[in-house]
Amino acid sequence: MVDEDRGLALQGVGLRYGLYGPAVLDDVSFSVPAGGFRWLLGASGAGKTSLLRLLTLAVRPTSGALRVLGAAIESTRRADLPPLRRRIGVVFQDFRLLPHLSAFDNVALPLRLAGRPEGQVRADASEILRWVGLTRRTDVHPAELSGGEQQRVAIARAVIGRPALLLADEPTGNLDDAQAERLMQLLRELNRLGTTVIVATHNESLVRRHPAAALVLEEGRLVDASDEAQAGEAQAVGHE
Amino acid sequence: MSDRDIAPVSLRPRNADDLGLRRALSDRLLPLLVAAMAFLAVLALAGAVGAQGLAAHWRGDASAMLTVQVPQPEAPGEAGAAGYGRAAAVQRLLAGEPGVISARLLTQAEVAGLLSPWLGQDTKALALALPGVLEVHAAGATVASALSARLQTVAPGTLVEANGVWFDRLAALAGSLQACAALALALVTFVATAVVAVATRAGLAARRDAIDIVHGLGATDGMIAGRFSARLTLLTFAGAAAGVVGAVPMLLAIASLTAPFGAPTGPGIALAARLPPALWAALPTLPLAAGCIGWLTAQVTVRAWLAVLP
Repeated sequence: MVDEDRGLALQGVGLRYGLYGPAVLDDVSFSVPAGGFRWLLGASGAGKTSLLRLLTLAVRPTSGALRVLGAAIESTRRADLPPLRRRIGVVFQDFRLLPHLSAFDNVALPLRLAGRPEGQVRADASEILRWVGLTRRTDVHPAELSGGEQQRVAIARAVIGRPALLLADEPTGNLDDAQAERLMQLLRELNRLGTTVIVATHNESLVRRHPAAALVLEEGRLVDASDEAQAGEAQAVGHE
Repeated sequence: MSDRDIAPVSLRPRNADDLGLRRALSDRLLPLLVAAMAFLAVLALAGAVGAQGLAAHWRGDASAMLTVQVPQPEAPGEAGAAGYGRAAAVQRLLAGEPGVISARLLTQAEVAGLLSPWLGQDTKALALALPGVLEVHAAGATVASALSARLQTVAPGTLVEANGVWFDRLAALAGSLQACAALALALVTFVATAVVAVATRAGLAARRDAIDIVHGLGATDGMIAGRFSARLTLLTFAGAAAGVVGAVPMLLAIASLTAPFGAPTGPGIALAARLPPALWAALPTLPLAAGCIGWLTAQVTVRAWLAVLP
């Protein structure tokens, strides 16, 4: 299961927005093997979302070397990035659903962009919507969904393509405990099947219930990359 | 739960409106502007085709026509005139010239009629003797100077005026009209392109978040540009088609105004037949050209906009 080449590797990665903007990430180095699971911890403004944006290929690093799913991003041609992005599932903190599409069409979008047959799209989208408990809300648009329902749609969209890398930014923020637990089971199951998972969260109890290695950011720098045994301590550091 | 619990979902084509462009690129203002452009393009095209037709018509009428003036037409001709009067001798000589189809001597009444705007109706009251005027049709280009030299032998002082000079001026006028029409078409094309580019950029701004999302989900530039260009091709084609259809009554009205200068025609099809076939053939190409402009402009604009994304 462990495959360093197909996982994530950052070496001295820095990121700043604009030519003279402040560095939001500075000299970040870590690696996650394919099939690994990491909590991403840190206070608000520590750089978690920026790191996730880097890993979703929404921005390129301004310094250092970034390898995602085996591809060296700094040397990858722009035209080669879309196929890579299709192998990455993302749950955004603000959901980022398309308001003019129904819940079903939002969830089906990654498969449609990948050119899957419509029959398969319908079957897979129906199945994943059933799994997240939105069977009777498939034709509803995001504006008519509650925050929790929108989050479940966003989760369904992120996992429908069985991504090789799944990144989640506060995925349980709008879910009750039962739904959050159910989501964690899904993430664990995907991870068990080989998906590399990184979850940014402030939810301490969630981290305690699901101990795993953690990446702790502080003011844009990686201050700790603990193993699973240290996970509880790591999240405590992140909230100092 | 089973699949039967899933709420029914309408069948949805793969190329459906993922980016919400039906709302961002509405079917109102842009088609209206393109229709106006197409309307102007039809008028410009009609001008170009009309000028071309006039040029051809003038070429046929004027290029092979000569006007010959013979002073003192009734006086006896020179030695080579074989006893004929000067005008008759000139006519006789012209009839023997290779390439001359006809040489008609205008009557004194016709000449007086031609001169009446300058000399008045009663030319006989004037002391001036009117010249004899011959209207000569030639099969091809005739060198007026060479002909004039031969005519001097039977009627010295005879003037030969080649209407080719007029034709050159008319040809220049027709060419100018065609150039103006081509310039108008180029301007219409430029404005239509600019309108589509502005609409595309407005659509990009309105759907920036949606584009960002689908881009992050792995949509290629070609996919996103394709969605825009499909929508804009449809809008520009429909707008141009409406503009062309709207311009047809105007063309028929122009055709009816030209009726006094041509053969009598009735309404409807007979009136339509008065318009040049080249114009009728060109009209359907305008919506196609507009669609091409829409597609190409959208592709270029969207791809340039997307190029700044990682």
